[in-house]
Amino acid sequence: MISNLLTSALPIAVREMQRNLLRSVLTMLGIIIGVAAVIVLMTLGSGTTRHVTEQIASLGSNLLMISTGKSMGPMQSSTAPKFKLADAEAIAREVTSLVAVAPQASSNATAIFANQNWQTNITGSSERYFSVNNRQLAAGRIFTASEVHSGAMVCVIGETLRGKLFATSNPIGARMRLQKLSCEVIGLLKAKGQSSMGSDQDDVVVLPLRTFQRRIAGNDDVAMIQVSAKDGVTTNEVKQSIQQVLRRQRHLSAADEDDFNVVDMKEIAGILSGTTQLMTSLLSAVAGISLLVGGVGIMNIMLVSVTERTREIGIRLAIGALEREILAQFLVEAVVLSATGGLIGIVLAVAIAGVLATVLHIPLTFSPQVILSAFVFSATVGVVFGYMPARKAARLNPIEALRHE
Amino acid sequence: MTNNNDTLLKLQAITKVYGMGEAQMLALRGISLNINQGEFVAVMGPSGSGKSTCMNILGCMDQPSDGHYWFRDVNVGTLSRNQRTLLRRHFLGFVFQGFNLLNRTSALENVELPLLYRGVGSNERRAAARLALATVGLSGWETHKSNELSGGQQQRVAIARAIVTEPLLLLADEPTGNLDSQRSEEIMALLVQLNRERGITVVMVTHEPEMAAYAQRIVQFRDGLIECDRKP
Repeated sequence: MISNLLTSALPIAVREMQRNLLRSVLTMLGIIIGVAAVIVLMTLGSGTTRHVTEQIASLGSNLLMISTGKSMGPMQSSTAPKFKLADAEAIAREVTSLVAVAPQASSNATAIFANQNWQTNITGSSERYFSVNNRQLAAGRIFTASEVHSGAMVCVIGETLRGKLFATSNPIGARMRLQKLSCEVIGLLKAKGQSSMGSDQDDVVVLPLRTFQRRIAGNDDVAMIQVSAKDGVTTNEVKQSIQQVLRRQRHLSAADEDDFNVVDMKEIAGILSGTTQLMTSLLSAVAGISLLVGGVGIMNIMLVSVTERTREIGIRLAIGALEREILAQFLVEAVVLSATGGLIGIVLAVAIAGVLATVLHIPLTFSPQVILSAFVFSATVGVVFGYMPARKAARLNPIEALRHE
Repeated sequence: MTNNNDTLLKLQAITKVYGMGEAQMLALRGISLNINQGEFVAVMGPSGSGKSTCMNILGCMDQPSDGHYWFRDVNVGTLSRNQRTLLRRHFLGFVFQGFNLLNRTSALENVELPLLYRGVGSNERRAAARLALATVGLSGWETHKSNELSGGQQQRVAIARAIVTEPLLLLADEPTGNLDSQRSEEIMALLVQLNRERGITVVMVTHEPEMAAYAQRIVQFRDGLIECDRKP
């Protein structure tokens, strides 16, 4: 009985859909957009969360950043006096719970090799920079303590810069020009990708601090001191010890506030991941709304199309179509349209999410639950709202249905 | 109830009331009518005389308020909605004033439609539809969409659709109402031919005495009653 109904309804439904291609495409469009929007937004959201989590994991363990000025955060500008190398040395000497201390100064400058040049970030630091920041070498070596001490003209470069200046040739041993300084490339850093702030961590040159101060900056300022604490020491203790040392070094009286601040990178990472999670839930809300809007669109088209087809239903009833045959036809149409639209939406979403993930450097994580629920939701909306008005129409008196224009 | 073998349908004291209470309107006030197999009956009468209501009851699309309708040996009043649909499917053919073809659909597919609901296989269906289109003189127009055909051609497609199932009774509601006189004559000639050659009983509503003249019998309606039943 039911299979009979289907075998007669299927060709009729397929024929009707081919005949009204525009209407069919419009109906599917609502489903396609709903499904695609949800999958893309949810995928990007969870991708971003994963990205941030990975970033946090790649941060140096127990990393603290000390910078001048009072404002929070790593990017502040400040009018407070800069640190000097002596400050870093004092911290290293007096705070015993530290593994390493890396004073840093940096600026932007153009790096030149052969006929290639590239604007990049130049950082001067000690040999501790690499361990504190969790940076590994892909080739060559890092500079030694004595090279740092003597201000040797050597440098370690990042992967992005290597690509821009050296293309296929081996950078190790090459002499690169940074402003007036000519320095030898002794090491190449392993690629690390974008930081959680969005800057390219591979677009860098790292020089010994003294070389940087003398040849690039022309002063003896230290912009920032990075330290990594020993395991098992609370960062609060470390913070307090550092504060004591620096207050003395900077001759602050008891009444003065700190004109520097110590930031625990884990704290920043925590704030960041909190923000990302908030963004993800926001995206989910937007996705939910677009699915709802898509659902309303499907409803609309289905309702309008059945109303528009009342006369067709009248003709079919007069000719001898049973109520259930009319219903079967509309049900099959709704199912085929909704399912096709849902599948196209999924394919489209995978493509769009793939492109966006590449452009935004976000890892792709497709969740089968999200895909399935988006599909089921819009398919259900399509079927229900294709079926209900059809049921009403199929129950009409054929005379009235035929009079409908 | 004894039925003459030749009797195709029999209306007995049929009344039809629309509305309730004060607004009640009597569309049919007690119609009795016998139509035999093979007759060509023209139904005439002014608007509101009840002829369309009577046609809807004959076509099993509407139920009388009172009275009996026998189609062959079947008391239509006792049938369910689905059973009446099946009766339409197997024994009746309809031609409407407004043609009522499916839009954007080829002539052949329109004619195939009733066979589709009868569950006829696609090859057989196509062959029968071609034959029906040939009968109404539309060979070669099979693939034309209904909106690409003239009014007369559309009505002929509609007739082909009505006869493709070889019905016992063809109900035509002002089949020439939307056509000019030359097309009207062609359509009438076709109905007469189907009636004579195939023995299909035709009941046709018309306003025009010229068209009614093609029939063997004219039933005149007035105010919900049959005013006269005569030969033309």
